[in-house]
Amino acid sequence: MADQKKKQLTPEQTEYQQLQKKREAKRPVIQNCIHAFWVGGLFCVVGQAIQYFYIFFFNFTEQTAGNPTAGTMIFIAMLLTGFGVYDRIGQFAGAGSAVPLTGFGNAVISAAIEHRSEGFVLGVGGNMFKLAGSVILFGVFSAFVVATIKILLIQWGGL
Amino acid sequence: MQAGHRTWVFDQQPVIVSTGTVGGPFEAQGPLANDFDMLHEDLWLGEDSYEKAHRLLFEQACQKALEKGQRQKEQVQFVLGGDLINQITPTSLATRTLGAPYLGLFSACATSMEGLALGAMIINAGGADYVIAGASSHNAAVEKQFRYPTEYGGQKPPTSQWTITGAGAALLGKEGSGPRVTSATIGRVIDMGLTDPFNMGGAMAPAAVDTIEAHLKERGVDPSYYDLIVTGDLGRIGHSVSMDLFKKNGTAIEESQYKDCGIMIYDESQPVYSGGSGPGCSAAVAYGHLLNRMKKGELKRMLVVATGALLSPLTFQQGESIPCIAHAVSIEAESE
Repeated sequence: MADQKKKQLTPEQTEYQQLQKKREAKRPVIQNCIHAFWVGGLFCVVGQAIQYFYIFFFNFTEQTAGNPTAGTMIFIAMLLTGFGVYDRIGQFAGAGSAVPLTGFGNAVISAAIEHRSEGFVLGVGGNMFKLAGSVILFGVFSAFVVATIKILLIQWGGL
Repeated sequence: MQAGHRTWVFDQQPVIVSTGTVGGPFEAQGPLANDFDMLHEDLWLGEDSYEKAHRLLFEQACQKALEKGQRQKEQVQFVLGGDLINQITPTSLATRTLGAPYLGLFSACATSMEGLALGAMIINAGGADYVIAGASSHNAAVEKQFRYPTEYGGQKPPTSQWTITGAGAALLGKEGSGPRVTSATIGRVIDMGLTDPFNMGGAMAPAAVDTIEAHLKERGVDPSYYDLIVTGDLGRIGHSVSMDLFKKNGTAIEESQYKDCGIMIYDESQPVYSGGSGPGCSAAVAYGHLLNRMKKGELKRMLVVATGALLSPLTFQQGESIPCIAHAVSIEAESE
């Protein structure tokens, strides 16, 4: 698709794009990676602490503590989004705050807040998953594909 | 009247009787805060949605212009304005309050100068005594329209720009004292095949260069005729790219006389990435800061070139490149 488009460019357009490229500010990729690494890691540390909290203070095992931990993390992300902090963390941390579960929470909640002005049904209800919907779709789909491969390997591969 | 292919030279020289500019909280922290007629400390402007706040921005800019010009809204024959929101509703709703005949415009961020050019044209042709031309933008409403929800934690690249919260309106009259609109050049749609919606400056620079060069050629003036040639919202990247293009084409524009409203409106320390943008950016800076400088006598002649990227969220998702436009209007101080 991208190559196809490149081919249609006129020589004038190609020339300009090369000129423009020289002036274009580059994304600080390495810096972004470092920020994403430690902020994302920090989120996971908090998540881990919450999981231990549920295991030690409530009747959860390592297997069952996952759900309340996820719920708590999303709740924290919701509060941070509502107070207008999460988008600032996002600008700083990039993938570090977008990839963990809290990023999913932020995507849902920011859309819900944004479309509150259009009412609860068509606004909040209709738009809440406009960013997160593709995460759910492709998450479920890739789980299906991976599970299918696993079953096929067990059935036929004799693992 | 018509000079060349797409330039109008106004023999009646319509007067900018007065202007009104309104800004938001982020603009209030910028270096041009003193040049705004009205600044809001809250992005909501006391309304319950950003779109309503957006409407209010334009309404207040028009009211301020009328108030400063000591004219009644009944005297205004036409309002020409636009914004970036779907079907330009904020401007339309604001004009409902004003009650004047209305022509809604859309040239994205170039709407401000499209309005001024057409308004001057109407007055020059004897079609009206008073016309209001203006444009506005609201950061959160535009983010919602074009990008992600405002609280979504997406990372913006350094090429992106910050849509300003602000509005500018100019009351144009047939007679009176004040800066005069002397000519206008209408832009063509220029598309250099760029597809990154987070790099508008780079996409719009060729449109600005095309319009400026056409203007100079058709009006038959040298760049040094103008004390200032100012683009609307090219930002830092677009500004330096357009300078490169001028050098390449051999247009003798000096670095010192070539500025950009999007760079001027914010401080270096404000996190606006490449600079400000939006229809309100060129409108508020030109009608506020720059006209104030002209009134002080610091500027005699200036060319305001508002630049616009005519994309929609739909077109860039469908893989279309970004079509861009620039409209130029020259404003000159009254000769004694």
